[in-house]
Amino acid sequence: MQQATEAGSSPPARPLVALSDARMAFGAVRALDGVSLTIQPGECVGLIGHNGAGKSTAVNVINGGLTPTGGSVEYSLPDGGTGTGAAAARAAGIRSVFQELSLCPNLTVEETIRVPHHDLSGFGWRKTARKRISEALDRIFPGHGIETGATVGDLSLAERQMVEIAAGFAEGKMAVRLVILDEPTSSLDAAVARQLLAYVRTFCSAGGAVIFISHMLGEVFEVASRIDVMKDGKIIASRPASEFTQQSLIDAMGHVASTQAEAATRADAENRLGEEVLTTPEGLSARRGEIVGLAGLAGHGQAEALARFFMSRSAGMRHTKAPEVTFVAGDRGRDGVLPLWSILQNLTLTTLPSLLRNGLVDRSAEDGLGKDWKQKIGIRTDNMSNPILSLSGGNQQKVLFARSLASTAPIVVMDDPMRGVDVGTKQEAYDMIRREAEAGRTFLWYSTETDEIVQCDRAFVFRNGQISAELVGDDISEENILAASFEMHEEAS
Amino acid sequence: MAEQKTSMLLHLHRRPWFWAFAASALAFAATYALTAGSGSGELLAATLTFATFSAIVGIGQMFVITMGPGNVDLSIPATMTLAGTLSLKFMDGATTLILPGLGLALLVGLAAGLFNYALIRLLRIPPIIATLSASFLYQSLAIWWNRGLRIKPPEALSDFTTGSVLGLPNLTIIGILIAVASWVLLERSLFGRWISAVGQNTRAARLSGVPVETVKALTFTGSAVLASLTGYLLASFSGGAALNMGTEYLLISIAVVVIGGSSIAGGNSNVPGIWGGALLMFLVVSMLNSYGLGAGVRLILTGTIIIAIVAAASGRKDCA
Amino acid sequence: MSGRYRILLPILSLAVLLAAVFYLQPRAMSYFGLNLLFNLAVPIALATIAQMMIIMVNDIDLSIGTFVSFVACVTATFLNETPLLGAGILLLSIMVYAAMGALIHIRQLPAIVVTLGMSFVWAGLAVLLLPSPGGASPGWIRTLMTVKPPFVPMAVVACILIAAVTHLLIMRSATGTLLRAVGGNTQAVLRAGWSVTKLKAGAYALAGLFGVLAGMCLVGLTTSADANIALRYTLLSIAGVILGGGEFVGGRISPVGAVIGALTLSLAGSFLSFMRLSPDWQIGAQGAILILVLAVRLVFARNGNRWKEAKNG
Repeated sequence: MQQATEAGSSPPARPLVALSDARMAFGAVRALDGVSLTIQPGECVGLIGHNGAGKSTAVNVINGGLTPTGGSVEYSLPDGGTGTGAAAARAAGIRSVFQELSLCPNLTVEETIRVPHHDLSGFGWRKTARKRISEALDRIFPGHGIETGATVGDLSLAERQMVEIAAGFAEGKMAVRLVILDEPTSSLDAAVARQLLAYVRTFCSAGGAVIFISHMLGEVFEVASRIDVMKDGKIIASRPASEFTQQSLIDAMGHVASTQAEAATRADAENRLGEEVLTTPEGLSARRGEIVGLAGLAGHGQAEALARFFMSRSAGMRHTKAPEVTFVAGDRGRDGVLPLWSILQNLTLTTLPSLLRNGLVDRSAEDGLGKDWKQKIGIRTDNMSNPILSLSGGNQQKVLFARSLASTAPIVVMDDPMRGVDVGTKQEAYDMIRREAEAGRTFLWYSTETDEIVQCDRAFVFRNGQISAELVGDDISEENILAASFEMHEEAS
Repeated sequence: MAEQKTSMLLHLHRRPWFWAFAASALAFAATYALTAGSGSGELLAATLTFATFSAIVGIGQMFVITMGPGNVDLSIPATMTLAGTLSLKFMDGATTLILPGLGLALLVGLAAGLFNYALIRLLRIPPIIATLSASFLYQSLAIWWNRGLRIKPPEALSDFTTGSVLGLPNLTIIGILIAVASWVLLERSLFGRWISAVGQNTRAARLSGVPVETVKALTFTGSAVLASLTGYLLASFSGGAALNMGTEYLLISIAVVVIGGSSIAGGNSNVPGIWGGALLMFLVVSMLNSYGLGAGVRLILTGTIIIAIVAAASGRKDCA
Repeated sequence: MSGRYRILLPILSLAVLLAAVFYLQPRAMSYFGLNLLFNLAVPIALATIAQMMIIMVNDIDLSIGTFVSFVACVTATFLNETPLLGAGILLLSIMVYAAMGALIHIRQLPAIVVTLGMSFVWAGLAVLLLPSPGGASPGWIRTLMTVKPPFVPMAVVACILIAAVTHLLIMRSATGTLLRAVGGNTQAVLRAGWSVTKLKAGAYALAGLFGVLAGMCLVGLTTSADANIALRYTLLSIAGVILGGGEFVGGRISPVGAVIGALTLSLAGSFLSFMRLSPDWQIGAQGAILILVLAVRLVFARNGNRWKEAKNG
């Protein structure tokens, strides 16, 4: 902290971290497309943007977790020099507090700090650790009531998040100079969140720096001295917080989508839709032939709602030729692709029970189905027996679409299926979904992209695991979705 | 068609099971040379017979391993012993009871497999622990049943297990038939597709409508049934059930799967390799025997071979 | 299951079993009786601690039984006749354990298969050393194991000592904490800039060390060795860790619990013989106990969750 204070007292100080034209590509996806930013001691930067804008990639580049594929990241070290890389980031006093908890649930509160603080060892380390973490907890969350001897796994979600934040700010051998807070208040109640915001202000006025990411715009305005808005891997606006209003922020994040094409199809929606075919405990409902969108920021319970619904309508023990519901995965590696198999085998997995002859797989019928769908959905390959991994991401996604649509299931669940898919493929997929819906299929479509939600007949916006808005017809607009995804100031207080 | 055949021959060495067979041929030649050609017929017959036992349990283990990391059946030796002792005591040397005895052995396997699966599912414990602790129950049951007696198998059964047709041991014929059936099951049937899907990505399989739990139950049951069949045949072949008769088959069942080119990471298995691995395992043992090396060196070598193959073959699983 | 109550179940099961044994055989309630009951508990406790080190980093060691047998053979031969060479061999075997841990992590191998393979290597080496039972215990180990301290028998004193030392090492020290962190959240440890390969090798080396101690103590008690002397330790050690409140994944282990678990298991053997249960069922009973413990814990865990949910609203 001493260094931080010194640095803060002699402006203009050297920036703690400087990104210049940083680029990061994952395959064909450009997650960061030339980002330049500097963080000065004493600054609190609010970093906001919609899903996929590149926030988390930017954070991981800043904390040294990812090495950018282009451009440079430079840290100023306490000894006056500069450095690059993960070790330099640690030496420069940069700490991250992530949304996904990075604590070890089997350790006690005081023990958790042993992992990031390399200097804790020898006799009496435990006393030092206890002092560091309890000081940080007392400083940030006065009256927290967390015992340092408690096991992390036994704490409530909010308490765990408090420990994680305290561990990020805890003083060690190396001074803490920049703390990155990614959705730090997601599990905290309002009173505790206020404590954190107050502490962030104190920390920054004493010369520390914070990068603050939150979907609660009110919080961002409360602490940030500067707000950087990200979109499509770029920083599109960077101004002092006082120059923004909540409305101008939402406008800056979004863009106007063309909704004219959809309007026509929606007009006859009433005639097309049938009886209600599903309702879930969360409050989702859908009618026959309806395309229902699940919107909101990523990680606010949409995927879980879909998975719960799918699991409740399909069993692990029985199999059937006519499943009630099929699933189109968006996280292809985790949920969809079977990496050792051919395109054809991947495509026919769900429909296989109806392709049997004498108890064995009828290969000619399988080939026929493959040929059918290759043409119908336009899978770009010369041979369906090529390995699935030889396809581009977009074509792999088409195979997963075909796997579901080839079945007779009346309901199709889609878990953000257009992730990392090129524009052309997307358009084809949209057309296909619409055709299938007109033929009477019901779609539950979770998407992180507003353009896609706008195409739906009805949309449910999720926030903090609950439905915060139900939009129908022309009410489904980017503005309304963003407004329901982000918590406005009035609600927060 | 002819072109396809030549290209198949040319690419033979790319098949995962090729190296197991090549190594077996080498080991056979080495042993053959050492014994100066005498008794090569017996060596071949012995190799085929003993490899049969390893191959049958290996096929069961292969299906289990195909389901992915953490899936191993450690109860194979105990199931073999239990099925062997129970069925031999039941038959008590009576020729008329041969088939009911076989039925009993298979029933033991069925019960053991279902019990294993029930433990995995109900106690939600890793398959290793479930099958390991269950194996001690089976072992105890076998000890209690056997009471140290060595009951001879019915003569007709004994003759059948040691006999041969056209130079091919009867047991080997059974082993090959089981291998062919398993190959069809794995490569051509719905169940084979499902098991491979589960092994590659259980989550994706479940989300694509594969009845994952049924696949698991059938696989563990299948492995136990094959183990019980092997126990029945081995006990009949060797003139009676011994309480330690299954012991060496634990490592062998895993070894033949690994040597045969199946992926220990799951999802990718092949049946011919099991036979290649089984032949190789026996030949390595008999080669070391004919070099006059004792049990100690044999154990060390088999252990080392397994680790070397696993370390060389598996490595990091590239996830898409 | 809550961390603080983790230790209750093992203590409870030991107490119940001890009470049952005393009820069946009141004469066991004496210095001599206790010594007899817990005689073989010391090597089992050490082997259980060894297994715990592996389970701590989310692996399982299927070779610990043959490894302890191998060490017993080395102790009864080399360590007795040429102590320096014997000590060298044992030191080397600990390094082999460390190398195994590093290999498993670097190549991301399944620990089950590697340790199963190693179990055959150790068994082979043991057979080479002692093809038939024999050898002799070094005098100093024998003396150490048969010491008669006042009031409490040696076995109990030794177990308390083992529990205390490993508790300090694993639960209290900074290094032990880091090792448990590997089991709890490997990614977090990696992100904080530690070498997980080194940490895993360290955990395996500790397992090797305690395996060596187990083998030496075993020879001290039995005065001779054979290649199959400790084969059942593989299951006993896993059962001991689980009985002691440890879990298969997540680095949730308890050294004190593991020692209590080992004591319970060795007591279970005596209990079963007091019950006049035929020795045929001894092995099966151990399997049954493990299954029973897992079932009881599942019930506890379910209730615990329900309670926690209710508390957190």
